Amino acid sequence: MISEHLPILAVILPLVGALTVLLAGWAERRYCYPVAVAVLTIQFGLSLAILREVLRGGTIHYYLGDWAPPWGIELVVDHLSAYVLVILVFLSLLSCIYAKRSIGGEIDPQKTVAFYVMFLLLVVGVCGITVTGDIFNLYVFLEISSIAAYTLVASGREKKGLLAGFNYLIMGTISACFILIGIGHLYVVTGTLNMADLARLLPPLYDSTIIHVAFIFFIVGLSIKTALFPLHTWLPDAYSHAPSAISVLISTVISKMGIYATIRILFSVFTVGFIVDHLPILEFFAWVAAIAVIAGSVIAIAQTDLKRMLAYSSVSQMGYIMLGIGIANSVAMTGGVLHILNHALIKGCLFMVAGAIIYRVGLRKIDDFKGLAGRMPYTCAAFFIAAISMIGLPPTVGFMSKWYLTLGAIEAGEWFFVVVILASTLLNAIYFWRVLEYAYFRHADAETPELESRVPVSMLLPMLVLAAGCVVFFFAVSIPLGIIDAAVADLLGGA
Amino acid sequence: MRENVVIRTVTRLAVPFILVFGLYIILHGSSRAGGGFQGGVIVASAFILIGIAFGLDETQRRIREKVRTIASILGISIFIGIGLLCILFGANFLGYAAIPLPLDTPWVRGLMMEAVEIGIGITVMAVMTSIFYDVATKEEGE
Repeated sequence: MISEHLPILAVILPLVGALTVLLAGWAERRYCYPVAVAVLTIQFGLSLAILREVLRGGTIHYYLGDWAPPWGIELVVDHLSAYVLVILVFLSLLSCIYAKRSIGGEIDPQKTVAFYVMFLLLVVGVCGITVTGDIFNLYVFLEISSIAAYTLVASGREKKGLLAGFNYLIMGTISACFILIGIGHLYVVTGTLNMADLARLLPPLYDSTIIHVAFIFFIVGLSIKTALFPLHTWLPDAYSHAPSAISVLISTVISKMGIYATIRILFSVFTVGFIVDHLPILEFFAWVAAIAVIAGSVIAIAQTDLKRMLAYSSVSQMGYIMLGIGIANSVAMTGGVLHILNHALIKGCLFMVAGAIIYRVGLRKIDDFKGLAGRMPYTCAAFFIAAISMIGLPPTVGFMSKWYLTLGAIEAGEWFFVVVILASTLLNAIYFWRVLEYAYFRHADAETPELESRVPVSMLLPMLVLAAGCVVFFFAVSIPLGIIDAAVADLLGGA
Repeated sequence: MRENVVIRTVTRLAVPFILVFGLYIILHGSSRAGGGFQGGVIVASAFILIGIAFGLDETQRRIREKVRTIASILGISIFIGIGLLCILFGANFLGYAAIPLPLDTPWVRGLMMEAVEIGIGITVMAVMTSIFYDVATKEEGE
């Protein structure tokens, strides 16, 4: 009985969880954390169950209130949604576990309750986006999670975080307006908001200017949300000044959510017929993404602050995913979608390390990391694995996605993009090597006081899990690939 | 706060009407234009008006923060509760028709929809009022 209601429960459970956290926080502030972790653990189980259902029985359709689409709201979970859902919930769970100690010094104790409530509301939005089959629903959930993200970015003690949160709010709201205007245009022309119905009704209208305008609004809006270069300006501040656990959360969960929404709008609403044959936008997308890949890496090299460097590296990594989508043959798409998993694992781990270093020894500048590996061996080991995965060396999962992206680019005959991918790999190597060199090969200055530098288990465990994930999925890459193949076939088949 | 007879008298007169109008809008969500969100905002505007006319302290004493928090939780709980009740009776989430009441299906749907709208209205009212107070009152130590 429960199994058929899984999609809606994925939205309801974190919502109920948020209320429970609020009540628990009322009784005693320290109950919030275990409740939030418990809710996310159940949510993770739920998302795995959804994935299993999808793998067994194909796409799940759920009619809210028993109203059949296109009149009612429909929840649709296909391979891509289930895949993204599992990744995002897993990362939310890990960053929630990580949050316990890391927010201690960064957030007013009074705000703890609100912090966990917003955290779970963010998860509500994220899960909602992945399961919905209705573009207005998509917009609402996008806003729920974005608003939660703005407040969480601004929740720290740092004054700069407040400013970063405000900037993020302004940019995010502009992007939401664009998306809403896009939805409005589509609704005016077709009279429906259901994705599948839109995909059916749109083809005869492909020449309509209104559809083109709607499409452009969508693209610009979603590009801001995903921080596609050059619309990434909100990202570096938001990532580097947010509390550490939130840096982890928004760099993995929120950015992937934007990517997912973009893929949905491009391939499930407008479909390949429009974006390839009618309005050759993907070519343009791929070029912008290629510029993002290079520009993000170059700016990252210039950074001296670790979190800021990672933020710019995110700009470049978003470019990889978009490049895979832009090349749009099945191999490159596989690489792009696989990179959603990779980037979540890698960037989650790296931001956790950055947070742990700030938490334990209070260092943000890369130049100060001399001899850090001796003091924080496990943390630096996790950083090492994630960094080589980011560069794309075997035996880590980063190698796999770059491999597929490169193969896809070769197959499409786009030699320039092959060069871009290889060049950015070198650039990645440069800026990560700098950190590794300082941590491993430079000796600490003699006068550095020996600080207590053991990282708490609740922070160490999530980052080691993610680092292990980078290696495990290199060998077990067939597991995600099995899901991704089906997902990519759905997307390119115009389903 | 300076006494202002005109504002206070007008507020006293207007608040009951605003509240009734808000309830009207909430309860018309199922059949006509209106709904929990719009109605909730109107009800909240009554409380905000009281806050402006009589000062924040006075209003804080009448509608305390705890009450607001409970109200916002209660509202969503009504919504989720009815939704889950439908699942319990074998329909999909918010599939009101399955709830066994001794009435015709359209009536059941209408009634349940009203109940959900009331829940939404309560939450919106509580949250809008809270936002107003949070913005209006300075945090200590600032």
